[in-house]
Amino acid sequence: MTAEPSPQSPWQAATITRIEKRTPRVTSFWFQPSRPFAHLAGQHVDIRLTAPDGYQARRSYSIASASETGGGVELAIERLDDGEVSPFFHDVAAVGDEIELRGPLGGHFIWEESDGGPILLVGGGSGVVPLMAMVRHRTLRNNAVPVALVFSARVWDEVIFRDELIGLDDRRDGFDLVLTLTREPARRPSDYSRRVDARMMAQAIKRLPKAPRLAYVCGSNAFVSAAADALIGAGVPAGPIRTERYGV
Amino acid sequence: MVTRGFFSGRRPPSDTDARIPPGQYLEQGFPVLSAGPTPRVRTEDWSFTLKQGPKPLKKWNWAEFNALPQSKMTRDIHCVTAWTKFNTPWQGVMIDDILADAGIEPPTAYTLALSFDGYSTNVPTKDLVTGKAMVALLYEGKPITSDHGGPARLLVPHLYFWKSAKWVNGLQFTERDEPGFWELRGYHMYGDPWREQRYSSDP
Ligand SMILES: Cc1cc2nc3c(=O)[nH]c(=O)nc-3n(C[C@H](O)[C@H](O)[C@H](O)COP(=O)(O)OP(=O)(O)OC[C@H]3O[C@@H](n4cnc5c(N)ncnc54)[C@H](O)[C@@H]3O)c2cc1C
Repeated sequence: MTAEPSPQSPWQAATITRIEKRTPRVTSFWFQPSRPFAHLAGQHVDIRLTAPDGYQARRSYSIASASETGGGVELAIERLDDGEVSPFFHDVAAVGDEIELRGPLGGHFIWEESDGGPILLVGGGSGVVPLMAMVRHRTLRNNAVPVALVFSARVWDEVIFRDELIGLDDRRDGFDLVLTLTREPARRPSDYSRRVDARMMAQAIKRLPKAPRLAYVCGSNAFVSAAADALIGAGVPAGPIRTERYGV
Repeated sequence: MVTRGFFSGRRPPSDTDARIPPGQYLEQGFPVLSAGPTPRVRTEDWSFTLKQGPKPLKKWNWAEFNALPQSKMTRDIHCVTAWTKFNTPWQGVMIDDILADAGIEPPTAYTLALSFDGYSTNVPTKDLVTGKAMVALLYEGKPITSDHGGPARLLVPHLYFWKSAKWVNGLQFTERDEPGFWELRGYHMYGDPWREQRYSSDP
């Protein structure tokens, strides 16, 4: 009884083509939209789930993949145990399922090559997802803009995209990864073991050849507030700081 | 399209159904959304200006503005990120009373609300007057915190909440309907939650 969305509807069915656990609490889902889909790094989609009685739940998820990558749109969804939508993805959704999706959406928290750099990315937990799209886009375009990513996670095993990020860091092509673990000692010499603060931001900026042209901060509301204040404390003016808050 | 295996137990209570616009869910907390860092505006640095195009019509400082007649509005608010919060209690100065103090009638059909952080959002003037909107100074009887837009934010509760500009510092009357910050970035020019006008492609 699948009703086809009308041609004007901004919603479209997308098929889950692949599911891969990233960390104990974050799983990636790849979606193949039924219509052509081209997004900018940093954009998100809206997802809508419909119960048999017509009740709908809708949430936003950032796109982790770069548009250059084939194989569909990757979303990395963190499980919130008593949440409504994220546990559905972790416990129920399976390859082959059709999910309604709308997008790409968002015209502020995006990075395009024409925006230039250097850029400073600051992500907390699943807030790294849109930043990952920016990093991947830069790499796949062979873009040389200097980028520093400060990624805060609770523990080493919750560093989403860890192997890929460390692999990119090892290329020394202008991408610099700074991990900070808030509940475990640092593992790599240049990493930290505390919450983001102004001193950490000042040191991250020093890894760039000059002051960042743009700074992107994403994560929970509390994380974004703290990280944006830390950037200002490190002397970054408010103008170039763009934030994306996951609400809670 | 019914989603396989989705049987959420979460339903709004049926008596509140009629108060929740399509695609929204009921939220008990008060999430925060904004485009950049939270500006901390001190009341001694605060001012509010009415403008027509580039021309200032009248300007108030914090004390002058707080001396204007104040009203209370308790309203349901609807954020474009899909949460709805019931019965949020605000106090502030109705736009009608700001215009009366300036001794003017609205000069044009469109308005841009302006903020300390450079944010702007467009609202038709008729959606701001006749008791529909205020510049809020208090939330739940207390000064509005900076993350929620204090010291003063616009409150236009019948439109999606991004229209209720945080850290507001003025209203600018414009001849044409000029898109503001989010409207230039893909959000709807009007933003009626009951017609689900979230993005520019929505009718
Ligand atoms: C632009 C944007 C991009 C985003 N990108 C991502 C992303 O890339 N990855 C990601 O994981 N998330 C992302 N999010 C967050 C995402 O949209 C959801 O908010 C998140 O997945 C939680 O949804 P949920 O339905 O699982 O939890 P919800 O049901 O919304 O609940 C959230 C929390 O509130 C509590 N709660 C609220 N109401 C109730 C209730 N009535 N009963 C019980 N508990 C309640 C729950 O304990 C839960 O922990 C993004 C958000 C935005 C705005």
